Amino acid sequence: MQTPETLTGAQVVVRLLERQGVRTLAGIPGGAILPIYDALSQSARIHHVLARHEQGGGFMAQGIARTTGVPAVCLASSGPGATNLLTAIADAKLDSIPLVAITGQVPRAMIGTDAFQEVDTYGLSIPITKHNFLVGSADELLEIVPGAFRIAASGRPGPVLIDIPKDVQNQLVEVSAWPEPGVAEHVPAPAAELIEVAAAMINEASRPILYLGGGVVHSGAALGAVSLAEKASLPTVMTLMALGAMPVEHPLSLGMLGMHGARFTNLALDECDLLIAVGARFDDRATGKVAGFCPQAKIVHIDIDPSELDKIKTAHVGIAGDVRAVLEMLMPRVDTQQRLGWLARVASLKAAHPLRLPGIDDPRTPYGLIRAVADCLDDEATITTDVGQHQMWVAQAYPLRRPRQWLTSGGLGTMGFGMPAAIGAALAEPERTVVCFTGDGSILMNVQELVTAAEENVNVKIVLMNNSSLGLVFQQQTMFYGERIYASKFKGMPDFPRVAEGFGLAAVDLDGESDPRAALAAALSARGPVLIHASIATTEQVLPMVPPGAANKDMIGG
Amino acid sequence: MNSISGTENQALARTVLELDVNNHPGVMSHVVGLFSRRAYNVEGILVMPVGKGRTSRIWLLVNEDERLDQMVKQVEKLEDVLSVRRHGAEHEVFVRLEEFFR
Repeated sequence: MQTPETLTGAQVVVRLLERQGVRTLAGIPGGAILPIYDALSQSARIHHVLARHEQGGGFMAQGIARTTGVPAVCLASSGPGATNLLTAIADAKLDSIPLVAITGQVPRAMIGTDAFQEVDTYGLSIPITKHNFLVGSADELLEIVPGAFRIAASGRPGPVLIDIPKDVQNQLVEVSAWPEPGVAEHVPAPAAELIEVAAAMINEASRPILYLGGGVVHSGAALGAVSLAEKASLPTVMTLMALGAMPVEHPLSLGMLGMHGARFTNLALDECDLLIAVGARFDDRATGKVAGFCPQAKIVHIDIDPSELDKIKTAHVGIAGDVRAVLEMLMPRVDTQQRLGWLARVASLKAAHPLRLPGIDDPRTPYGLIRAVADCLDDEATITTDVGQHQMWVAQAYPLRRPRQWLTSGGLGTMGFGMPAAIGAALAEPERTVVCFTGDGSILMNVQELVTAAEENVNVKIVLMNNSSLGLVFQQQTMFYGERIYASKFKGMPDFPRVAEGFGLAAVDLDGESDPRAALAAALSARGPVLIHASIATTEQVLPMVPPGAANKDMIGG
Repeated sequence: MNSISGTENQALARTVLELDVNNHPGVMSHVVGLFSRRAYNVEGILVMPVGKGRTSRIWLLVNEDERLDQMVKQVEKLEDVLSVRRHGAEHEVFVRLEEFFR
């Protein structure tokens, strides 16, 4: 029996975070969360990273969570602090990232009075969190804080918000025993008879394709998925979220499917007679027009979230369970097969309709720049992106070979994600080089975090592909709106290297370098944050492209 | 949310959902938010605490459409929802209330 301690709610929060194993968190203080910051100032274990906008802090926490797979924490004050955080929380929800967001709230007696910096954080966060709490008294924190970590990590991961009124943070509570840290709950074993049926379908299929989603990364099932593919000779496609689960050069890898997938990838899917979806949710960017997606295929769908089964496509066999456990159970029941005919057909599709990467040998083109960056790095590097053309080019061309190597905003598609997420990744794994590919549109959406990168001296390399436009909008207006370019071409353009230097970063402008490869190698190998600027042509397009609403086989270009 | 009449009740295929939930402020918002974000109208709602009040029971009267299975799965995912049971429209809980809506 411990001696009871009398602590404030704020001290309880900090102690619970310490006990949870949190060592780095990001946030911005403000009036309604000052008691927690005061308690945090006394913690010798937790390193607080001062973001310059709450959304940046949220994405730093996401960078930590995506890299490590365990819940990470961000802090914000009430009102605008909380509303600024919402985009990062929604982003975590759509990509199933475990996040614990803690917000200050006005004192209980002032809730509902339109007090200064009061907003209904609880109500605002309901639809974008896995669960949320408005804390009613300090003693509840002993249950709520570990509960938030448990919920964030259990089953399909996701963000949890804890809104704590200021007077609750100051309220004294006697703690006689500390709760155990919150950890992921055990997932019930999948139904054995469904595994048998799925195995029989895989064994009997003549043209199967394995379709991996982000759930494979979340559950640590990448090795299991590759083993299954090898044993049963399953050509394998990956969603944007699953890139890295199977190494890009693997003979069975068909790369990314969907809107910007290679032609042969989508054409192979069009011919498959069995689709084995693992931790994937049939997102519209992956499937295109759903009625035209794998029209001949039966579907085996494996997901930890039962509500994903039959949501978009009705599965012939739907298995609710942790995908790693399901794959382990499938493995001994699946026959070793060669499938020479099907693999030959896929190979001929690949030969006839390969992924085209024009300019791959020229570092002044998008693909060439991406390849030149990859040539300077090994698989230990972590790659983040912002959102837009550069994101799709990197998804197509960067040789991703390791799960959790690739951090990108998939579901919400949030411009401004990449750089703060890279800071978080570098804080979580300081031994790695973290490269953030970004664009001139995206970087400005959280540009203030450059100073955080400089302050923390993180090993983040920002590769800014500058096409003087909102590239994907420009591309869509060119392709689908009669070339009526409107509000997508920037007239004013910051001097990005000077902007970076002004924030305290080193900067390199590849435009002025006679040997861009050498300049790139030097910038990537020096320790610490750097911005690498490279102009690219505004007219460069991401191809192939499935027009919005069309079937994947009706791709344009590429 | 509309009140119902006996004739409407018979005209449309309806389902009654019975939810056991933790009783605290916010649970109703979590549940009805799942319906409102999908523009799925809830025709009737009835909530009362159960026993000593740690839990409540929510009765929902909804129109049947092809999204109902997905709706039930989404409701089941809520942390504060302990169980969900489906009943036919003939369930008497809303029928008995009709006299208050005349």
